[in-house]
This record gives sequence, C-alpha cells and structure tokens, in this order.
Amino acid sequence: MSLPRVHEISIGGIIAEPGSSRRNLTGGWRSLKPVLHDDRCIRCRICWLYCPEGTIKEIKGEFVVKGKKYQYKYEIDYDYCKGCGICAHECPVKAIEMVPEA
Amino acid sequence: MTVALEARAKAKQTLALTSNYAAAYAAKAADVDVIAVYPITPQTTIVEKISEFVDEGELRAQLIHVESEHSAMSAVVGAAAAGARTFTATSSQGLELMHEVLHIASGLRLPIVMAVPARALSAPISIHGDYSDVMNTRDTGWITLIAASAQEVYDSIIQAYRIAESVLLPVMVAYDGFLMSHTTEAVELNDEEEVRKWLPRRLDRPNLLTPEKPITMGAFAMPDYYYEIKYQVQEALLGSLDKVVEADREYGKAFGRSYGIVQSYRLEDADYIVVAYGGASWGNAREAVDEARRRGIKAGALRLRVWRPYPAEEVAKALAGVKAFAVVDRAIAFGAPAGGPVYIDTVTALRMRGIDTPGLSVIHGIGQRSMFVEDFVKVFEMLKDGERNKTVYMGLKL
Amino acid sequence: MKVVYRAIWDLPVEELFASGHRACAGCGPAIAMRWITKAAGPNTIVVNATGCMEVTTTQYPETAWMLPYLHVAFENAAAAASGIEAAIRTLSAKGLWRAGKTNVIVIAGDGGTYDIGLQALSGMLERGHHVLYILYDNEAYMNTGIQRSGATPKYAWTTTTPVGKAIRGKVQEKKDIMGIVMAHRVPYAATATIANLLDMTNKIKTALEYTEEGPTFLHILAPCPPGWRYPEELTVEMARLAVETGYFPLYEYDHGKVRLNPPTSQIAADPKRKKPLRDWLKLQGRFAHLTDAEIAELEREVAANLAYLSALAKAFS
Ligand SMILES: Cc1ncc(C[n+]2csc(CCOP(=O)(O)OP(=O)(O)O)c2C)c(N)n1
Ligand code: SF4
Ligand code: SF4
Ligand code: SF4
Ligand SMILES: [Mg+2]
Repeated sequence: MSLPRVHEISIGGIIAEPGSSRRNLTGGWRSLKPVLHDDRCIRCRICWLYCPEGTIKEIKGEFVVKGKKYQYKYEIDYDYCKGCGICAHECPVKAIEMVPEA
Repeated sequence: MTVALEARAKAKQTLALTSNYAAAYAAKAADVDVIAVYPITPQTTIVEKISEFVDEGELRAQLIHVESEHSAMSAVVGAAAAGARTFTATSSQGLELMHEVLHIASGLRLPIVMAVPARALSAPISIHGDYSDVMNTRDTGWITLIAASAQEVYDSIIQAYRIAESVLLPVMVAYDGFLMSHTTEAVELNDEEEVRKWLPRRLDRPNLLTPEKPITMGAFAMPDYYYEIKYQVQEALLGSLDKVVEADREYGKAFGRSYGIVQSYRLEDADYIVVAYGGASWGNAREAVDEARRRGIKAGALRLRVWRPYPAEEVAKALAGVKAFAVVDRAIAFGAPAGGPVYIDTVTALRMRGIDTPGLSVIHGIGQRSMFVEDFVKVFEMLKDGERNKTVYMGLKL
Repeated sequence: MKVVYRAIWDLPVEELFASGHRACAGCGPAIAMRWITKAAGPNTIVVNATGCMEVTTTQYPETAWMLPYLHVAFENAAAAASGIEAAIRTLSAKGLWRAGKTNVIVIAGDGGTYDIGLQALSGMLERGHHVLYILYDNEAYMNTGIQRSGATPKYAWTTTTPVGKAIRGKVQEKKDIMGIVMAHRVPYAATATIANLLDMTNKIKTALEYTEEGPTFLHILAPCPPGWRYPEELTVEMARLAVETGYFPLYEYDHGKVRLNPPTSQIAADPKRKKPLRDWLKLQGRFAHLTDAEIAELEREVAANLAYLSALAKAFS
C-alpha cells in the first residue's frame, strides 16, 4: 500500500470517515477462538453485551433449536474477535467454547 | 464621497482607548461567540472590558471564566472546533501555561485569535513588558502580528479573523505590555455592522465538530503520517503571508487603514538600518533616525509587523546593499549564537538569500528597562563606527 | 436514577463505537466505550483525554468513533468540553447551530481525572457547564505502561510502585473522587461498572438528562487485564467482584441526596451478603504480594468506606 502524499492528507489530521477502524481486522490477534454452539444457546444476550469488540452479531429471524423457537441468533464475526474469552466466561450455559486457533 | 462612504464615516467613532481596550472593542466588533480568558497583568483590563460588554448585553457571546490559561486555550480550541468564532488574551506566565495547547491549536488548524500584551517571564517575577513570552511561542505554528499603536491593535485583531478563517491557522496579535496596553491613544472604531459584513461566517470548513458530520479530530498519528500533517502547518503558515497582505489591503479599502507587513522609515538612501518591533521600540527608532540624520548618519528604520511567518523577502529587500543593520530585540535567546531572537532570524533570512549585510544584535527593554531615543541613536553610531557581528546588551548596568 | 432501560432487551442495538480498535483483548474500558456511545446516541460530541481509549481508537487514518470526536490533550478535556458547550449555546442562540440539542460528553481516564485533569474538571463543574464527564477508571496510567495514579488502590503493584524490599506497592489510599465531585454540588454524580450494564446505561441516560441543569459525573470502574494482571476473560468478573466485595460501591448523588444502588445497598444492609475482599484480590497479580495482615487491613477499609457511604445515604436521603 502506498501512503498518501502530503496534499492527499486531510487538513489538521481529521478523520472524516466514522468507524473506519473496521478496516483494521484485529482477528489476527487471536490465539484462542470462541466457538458458539447454537444448539446450547439460550439467547440471553449476555455475550453480545460484554464483547469489548462489538463483534458478536445479534441476528433477527425465526430460529428453531431443539424444538424451541427463538427470534434471535448470535454469531461471532471473527474478523475482529481478539479471543479474549469474556463471552465464554460470561455465558450462563457455557454455550461458547474457547478452542486453540488453528 | 460616495453615499456608502459617507454613511460609514458617520458610523465611525473615535475614542480614547488603551491598546487593551482597543483589543476588546475589536473582538466585540468581530461578533465573537466564545471568549475564554484568565486575568494576568498587563492583560487584565481586556478581560474586564469584555466582561462589561457581555454583561451589558452589547456582545452576544459566552464568556468562560476559566480557572487557568491552559484551560482558556483548551476551551477556545473546543469552541473553535465546534465552529464558534473565538477570542482569548494573555501575557507572560499565562502564555507559557498555554504553550502545550498553542501547538495543538495550530495542529488542528483552528482559526483562534488571541491578543498578547507582551510581558517579561519569571524568575524573577516581573509584571513589566518585554517580548520574552511572545518569542517563546515562535515555533508553535501561530501567525503572529506585532502592533505598534492602539489603532493598529484594533485593526489587526479584526484583520486577524479574516486571516485565521481563510488560512485555518490561529493568529496572535502582540503589542507592548504596559507601554501600549495601558497607554491611551485615539482609536477610530469601525461601524460594527460593516465589520461583521467584512467578516462573513464560514461554517463550511472541514475541521468542524457536529453530529451532522461525525469526524474525529485530534487523532493519534504514527511516523507514517505525522510528518505530512505537520508539514501542512508549515506550508499553510509560510503561505499565509499573502493572506496577511490581502486582508490588510482589503481592510484598507473597507475601513481606510492598512499597514503592510513591514513598515519603513526613511530607508531610501539609508546606509544603516535599525530593525525593531512593538510600539516603544518603533517610536524610539524613528526619532533616532531623525536625530542620527541630524548628526550626519544616513539612518533608516524598519518595523516588523509580522513576526510569524517571518517576512524574509521584504526584510531582505530592505537590508540588501546597505552598509549594516541592527535588530533591537526585547527578549533574550538564552544561549543562542546571538542574543536576540529576531536578529537570529533576520541574519538567517539574509544568508538564505546570499546577502551578507553585516549586523548587530541589540538587546534592550528587558523587563521594561527604560529605552531612550539616545540609546537608538547610539546604535546608529555604533554601526557607523564599524561595530558588527556581536550582541550588545544596551541599558545594562555593566 | 431514571430507569430508561428496564431489562437488557431494552438496550440499544446500534453500535457507535466500531470494531477494529486497538485496545488489548479483554479491555474493560472498551466495553465502557461501546455502552457510553450506545446510550448517548448519535447527537453527541465526545471529548476524550489522552490515554488508552484515545490512542487505541484514533490511529490515523482510522477511527473507531462514529460520533463527532475531539482529543486535545491529557489534562484539559473538561476545559475543551466547556468550550464546545459554550459554542453550542451561543451558536444556537444566533441560529448558527443546525444539529439541535447535542450532548457533550467527556471521556477521561483516572490519570486524566484524579491527577493531571483535576483542575480543569473542577473548573468545569464549578462553572456549571452542561456537560457529562465520564471517568473510566482502570486504576493506573495504562497508556504509558501501568504507572500509579491517585486512583490506584493501596498496596497495588504498578511499575512506579514496585514491590521492593523497603516499600511494597503503593503507599497511599485511593482518592475519593466522588467526594470531590459532590463537593461541587452538581446535579448528579454516580458510580458504575462495566459489569452492571443496565445500571450503567440508566445512569448515563439520567446523567445526560440532568445536564439540562448543569454538569454531571459518572465514575465507571473498567478493569484492565495487563494492568491488574489477571487473565483476559475475567474483565467483567473483576468488575462484578469489585462491587460484590464492597471494594467499589455503586451509589448516586442526586440533587443533594445520596442513594446506594443494588447490590451495594443489599451488602450495606446485610454485611453477610458481602463477598470476602480476598476473592477479588487473589485473582490479580498486582496484589499477589499481599500478606494476610495487609488483606485484613484492606478489608477493614472497605467496611469503613461502606459504613461511611451508608451514613451519608442515611443523612442525605
Ligand atoms: C501533559 C502530559 N503529561 C504526560 C503525558 C503522558 N501520558 C499520556 S497518557 C498517560 C496516562 C493516562 O492515564 P489514564 O488517564 O489513567 O488513562 P489510561 O491510559 O489508563 O486509560 C500519560 C501519563 C501526556 N500525554 N501529557
Ligand atoms: S472472545 Fe472476546 S472478542 Fe471474541 S467474541 Fe468473545 S468477547 Fe468478543
Ligand atoms: S451468552 Fe451464551 S446463551 Fe447467552 S446469548 Fe451468548 S451464547 Fe447464547
Ligand atoms: S492497557 Fe488496559 S485499558 Fe489500556 S487498552 Fe489495554 S486493556 Fe485497555
Ligand atoms: Mg487509567
């Protein structure tokens, strides 16, 4: 990647694009990977609440797991997950398992 | 006289004002939105006058009674970032306390305007005037004007808003602490409506904080980017000289007074030139020119009205080909190869252009040590007697 | 406290603090940033003091912030926010502010608040600016590599309070920043942690509403894995235990009245419900050197602080 020249840089070093940190994929930091077992998940929202990266996605829809109907499903976006394990530690039913990164 | 000019002339008002009051009137004329100030001698009467304007309802602004100058500069940085037209003023220790944030104001490219009645620095503590405080801000990225009369203070502050808001750099208007800040002169005030027309609001700059366009200001820059962002400040500052000239010219057209970026006195056939800045030095220098000429010395004087960016071309033009020059500095550049900060810059400006006019660095008026016309005449005599390439501590009890 | 969110299902979904920031894995303050921005909403200007949250979120040319954001320096966030608030007021009066009602929030670390920024904070509070000041407290200068601050607890190890032969950890106690803020008689001040998110987000809402009257303040405990030396997954646990052991009481100062919030109110009412401080200390490397006597002393200090706050709550109920 070639870096911008002096006149291509914004005045006063402002960053005009909100949330542009998303270009910085932090998934590579991970040594342990959280695996969310959807069949065990009781949709309590706790992992979503506490993730410091905001990288657990709450997906709306109709989901049937073991005969129970749910309106939500949680998925981890591994592009940003740093593998801290907070979600696994906080999950009340241990539906998230930390496994070594392949 | 056109009808417009007539109306303007009628709206004009002449008052007997100190430079400090002139500064306050200028800020009012510019319809500033946010003022953050902290009192310090000799700036205090600005704060008091502005407080009066605000409390009387003559100025629709928020006056923030900050708890320090560091916070004064920080508050105007915040206010300017949010799009307000801002004003502050300080001196000496206050300017030193602001120092960290001065760099940030220019780095963020904020059009802040500040008045600085210049004062000596501690220790020992001194409330009296010299330019040590202003000279310490040399590398902060601020455009710095140094006025020589209360009228010029008033006019320069109004011009400063034009300059700051077009270049996107902060502007400081300095002048002699006490000798000007507390001395009354006749000042012609402009019609405030006319000033406000002359200073239209610019709410379209890229570095504005608003929920309508959520930008990040004050980011953290790694070596890959930092240099370019700082270079932009350097480029904008060097390029601002044209804007200073333009604002001064336009102001002259609108209000009938302009100053240029350097002022000269009897330079035409001069062999020896004294370069000075600030009201007291300039007054002495001009009188000394007349006296020296009576004594048969072809003397001339040059005043720097703009200190940053340094008006190198204009100074070089004036000093090229003369026999010698001196710069009278009211500050000491401790430990530097020559004693006077402006002298050092002046020599550099000449050498960078291959001009080798020899010079003399004269230090005077430190902590408001009395400067006499005769002292300046003596400078001309020293130049004529071949004194060169050294620093003279004038007025010092040796 | 005004209860805007009754259950975690009421909490806002929209993220205004983006992924890709560079805070360490398991960063407590990053959790705080997510919820501060969510609760405050898009009509908010953030002023951030120098520190971990500034450095890890704004590395040019990328920003995690989706709100207008300003960083000026370490010690002056409250002053810069004062200027922004004043600007919005005048520009609104002159018809030049188009964004309507806009929150102004300061986000500063413990160093930027207890120590170097205390003067600017006091000035802002005393002058009555309509600003919410949020202190995220990770109990040391983390950005510069874990040096002690006025918020570091007694006996804690930091790089400037090492555990040596002559002196073992920090000598002084943690400063009572809430006491200092309350002494300014602001409309509202409260403590919160990143574990008790409903409590925290409701306090943010309440504090923002009260900025109509004047300045408000939140003290949010936000644990830091490298600084406190505990495994990353325990960040939320660490904040929760800090409350449950009585180390970090949850309470509010609301127009002169003091109120303990659950679970602190329950612990204060019934000390048997309080977990031993040791449970919290033993998880953290920064306290690994503590003797039983030192732990007992800290436990007594926790009890004394709870008794003090209970008395305050009783006297100003
Ligand atoms: C005037 C000044 N002094 C020192 C520093 C160096 N410095 C930067 S951040 C920091 C510590 C920040 O601590 P805190 O406010 O607790 O925030 P944290 O990094 O822990 O989130 C220090 C000492 C600075 N930037 N400016
Ligand atoms: S491991 Fe940490 S970063 Fe990854 S999803 Fe869980 S909480 Fe988020
Ligand atoms: S914490 Fe566990 S149970 Fe709750 S939503 Fe997340 S994965 Fe499902
Ligand atoms: S050092 Fe602590 S506070 Fe700083 S980014 Fe890392 S975890 Fe967060
Ligand atoms: Mg800290």
